[in-house]
Amino acid sequence: MKAAVITFPGTNRESDVARALTASGAQVSHIWHGDHELPQGTDLVVLPGGFSYGDYLRCGAIAGRAHVMDAVRAHAARGGLVLGICNGFQILVESGLLPGVLMRNAGLKFVCRMQHLRVERADTRFSAQYTRHQSIEVCIAHGEGNYEADDDTIARLEGEGLVAFRYCDAAGHVGGESNPNGSRNDIAGIYSPGLNVLGMMPHPENLIEAIIGGVDGRGLFESLCA
Amino acid sequence: MASGSTTDHTLAAEPAITPDLVASHGLKPDEYQRILKLVGRVPSFTELGIFSAMWNEHCSYKSSRLHLKGLPTSAPWVIQGPGENAGVIDIGDGDACVFKMESHNHPSFIEPYQGATTGVGGILRDVFTMGARPIACLNLLRFGAPDHWKTRQLVSGVVAGIGGYGNSFGVPTVGGSVGFHSRYDGNILVNAMAVGIAKTDEIFYAKATGIGNPIVYLGSKTGRDGIHGATMASAAFEADADEKRPTVQVGDPFAEKLLLEATLELMRSGSVIAIQDMGAAGLTSSAVEMGAKGDLGIELDLDKVPCREPGMTAYEMMLSESQERMLMVLKPGMEAVAQAIFVKWGLDFAVIGKTTDSLRFVIKHGGVVKADLPIKELGDEAPLYDRPHVPTPKQAVLNAAQIQPPLSTGDALLKLLGSPDLCSKRWVWEQYDHIISGNVVQRPGGDAAVVRVGNGPKGLAMCTDVTPRYCEADPFEGGKQAVAESWRNLTAVGATPLALTDNLNFGNPEKPEYMGQLVGCIQGIGAAVLALDFPIVSGNVSLYNETQGKGILPTPSIGGVGLIADVALAATLAFKQDGDAILLIGTTLGWLGQSTYLAEICGREEGAPPPVDLALERKTGDFVRGLILQGTATAVHDLSDGGLAVAVAEMAMAGQLGARLTLASSVPAHGFWFGEDQARYIVTCRADAVAHVKAVGQAQGVEITALGSVGGKDLLLGDEAPISLEALKFAHERWLPSYMAQVS
Repeated sequence: MKAAVITFPGTNRESDVARALTASGAQVSHIWHGDHELPQGTDLVVLPGGFSYGDYLRCGAIAGRAHVMDAVRAHAARGGLVLGICNGFQILVESGLLPGVLMRNAGLKFVCRMQHLRVERADTRFSAQYTRHQSIEVCIAHGEGNYEADDDTIARLEGEGLVAFRYCDAAGHVGGESNPNGSRNDIAGIYSPGLNVLGMMPHPENLIEAIIGGVDGRGLFESLCA
Repeated sequence: MASGSTTDHTLAAEPAITPDLVASHGLKPDEYQRILKLVGRVPSFTELGIFSAMWNEHCSYKSSRLHLKGLPTSAPWVIQGPGENAGVIDIGDGDACVFKMESHNHPSFIEPYQGATTGVGGILRDVFTMGARPIACLNLLRFGAPDHWKTRQLVSGVVAGIGGYGNSFGVPTVGGSVGFHSRYDGNILVNAMAVGIAKTDEIFYAKATGIGNPIVYLGSKTGRDGIHGATMASAAFEADADEKRPTVQVGDPFAEKLLLEATLELMRSGSVIAIQDMGAAGLTSSAVEMGAKGDLGIELDLDKVPCREPGMTAYEMMLSESQERMLMVLKPGMEAVAQAIFVKWGLDFAVIGKTTDSLRFVIKHGGVVKADLPIKELGDEAPLYDRPHVPTPKQAVLNAAQIQPPLSTGDALLKLLGSPDLCSKRWVWEQYDHIISGNVVQRPGGDAAVVRVGNGPKGLAMCTDVTPRYCEADPFEGGKQAVAESWRNLTAVGATPLALTDNLNFGNPEKPEYMGQLVGCIQGIGAAVLALDFPIVSGNVSLYNETQGKGILPTPSIGGVGLIADVALAATLAFKQDGDAILLIGTTLGWLGQSTYLAEICGREEGAPPPVDLALERKTGDFVRGLILQGTATAVHDLSDGGLAVAVAEMAMAGQLGARLTLASSVPAHGFWFGEDQARYIVTCRADAVAHVKAVGQAQGVEITALGSVGGKDLLLGDEAPISLEALKFAHERWLPSYMAQVS
């Protein structure tokens, strides 16, 4: 698995995700936002978390229009794998690779806490190491993770099985108090129709070691590297 | 410059120096006389501004310097003590820990969000200026009484500001302390601490070397914000505090993140001779420090300074406190290398001057010399005051038997757990990214945070502490206690305390009773630092924390750092399993004077605070650390505010396990459960290890009392009715979110 981790000015979880990928056996290269091309043979492009360009405009809006995103779009169009986490998810919706928007959290505050997710399908390149409807515990750290889209888009995502993860409690019950940001249908992450692009708000990359609070995030990286 | 048709304001005539103008710069008449003598003529307006920036309390420590001199600052593991951007200690394997704490009190009261962000930004810059990558932030916050009309807005703004900066910059905010008291109504405290890691042989300092070397300006552009910020921070607030809003700077964490990466990259390129961040008093203070430390003159050409707007005067540029800026002395010939790195990161880069052999600080603007001052004297000849001070009168020692308990033990416990000072601060730290980096082993909510260094196994423990009530009642004992509690919190996770940074927040030093508090606390800190081998490596003094004549509680914040060889050995406070024995380590006298119980339950802030026996503190802590590192202790918590009952309740809530405890003492029940005797811990261990622990304790002269055992879903304190874990959690978690949800 050859992974290219893209760093925009203001990206700040590039080392975290690189560590998770490396631990699962991926070969990681770091790509600067000004680059126009991805390394030869890239299997997976990762857009890490952070505050690209300070997020002073809409989150991810400027990064979504950076040069390197042309290369990412071409990679995705070829069926290549793309993973956007947190700010990376925001960049994916801004770049048109995924539908919808990420609005300010319903509570209007940044929220960082441990968070359970229900794995909606375990048959993708990102999720094969999990089981369907497994409740995994990772963390969230965002101020703008409230997923919203028009009714048709939501219906399509649901109808085509493109919801990747939903916010839930430890027992796997979705919704209510366990939704940290007001997202429609408790959506925490979505796939592209080809299942090769995943955008998600939570951070699996920070939960890969028991000493740091848990290992439930590993499954995603191990799925990719399997 | 009499012509009204000139469009170049920069060269407009500077105002004449009058006594009023001198006074408005915060300079006293005798200080002005000193300036006249040093300069040998009437200073220019720009020079007057430079003096006001260098000689205010914030930059010159003129009231505190005399007393700070005697503090212990060295140890074999100290690489750099106070006097640089941050302190540096050796943590083995070629690694150094760089850390410091600094206040941003006045700006945060005026403009809470921006005041807090720039406080965090400033302290992060102090750390990475030394060549370290920040790995954690902490803070210590004190707000006014919850029912004061401004408090809620200040809490909301400050917390959002700390999060807003740290989250974007990308450093975990791992710990802190939040408290409330009416004495902070008009003057809150925002103390921010940053901790970073560098290689011991790659530390960068402020001392300039070499003559004719280029001085380079890096980072954001200079604007008109924060002019006279340090001077504001050196005066007491009157009722017009809001009018000082234009002196508050605005933070840009995005620019700082770029500055961090660019600075570290530039350092790796081998181009840097000296570096200093532009913090308080901006360009003035950073340039003077680099020159004075290196026994060199500095010449700056302000026409080269990147400015946000045209028409800025020399005076404005020299006093601006625009954020996210740095000054460096580069190796000659390395300008192109440095510039390429900064262009890559999209930051401003300009050669704005050079080092000279004249020992003069020369400022040119538009071809005109705006200032020409002796550089060493600007710092060295700053006024030094031996301010009159009176000791705080001692208060009587209260006897627990003579204090009537107004509530049952159970009701008192629930009330304490839901009190503003002791309630859960989850509402606060959930707004801080405390997980980023994948190295945070112990998150907020414990005695100390534990952060792994790189891939481990070693880690650093860190915490911030002070008990202002104790300092108010007895500055010497309170100063001792602040250091002892920091040492104890680090010990409680299994770390060996190595060094501390202090942030001394006090009232007006020109008033002998407040000066007496400062002197007393410094002496207490010094005594504890010496006895615990816990040197001070950096710090900050914030005086004039008073509004309309009334000072804050004396608040010497202590930020402690300790080392643990393997983070897997670190202890947490959560109860682990049914049947574990609960042991009280240390001596319990039932000390209620100045306790949280007395304040919250009895409504009295009285009596002498608990004394700290430093030898006992050390002996007890070394014993507890031993239990942790041997793997005998299954959970550990230090005893502090709220005493034994609160500590046990916190352990139960964290572990989702109840406990049954007996009142194992002859002291009155409320003294036993809520007394705040120092040098104490709760330790749990497997039931079959108790005999061993007791034998070792006895051999080392440490008092150990078996209190009971872990188990069930209720907390049973002596003969009291059981309290369910749900009731404890409800009391503990509810207060802050519901308070913050109310409309002011």
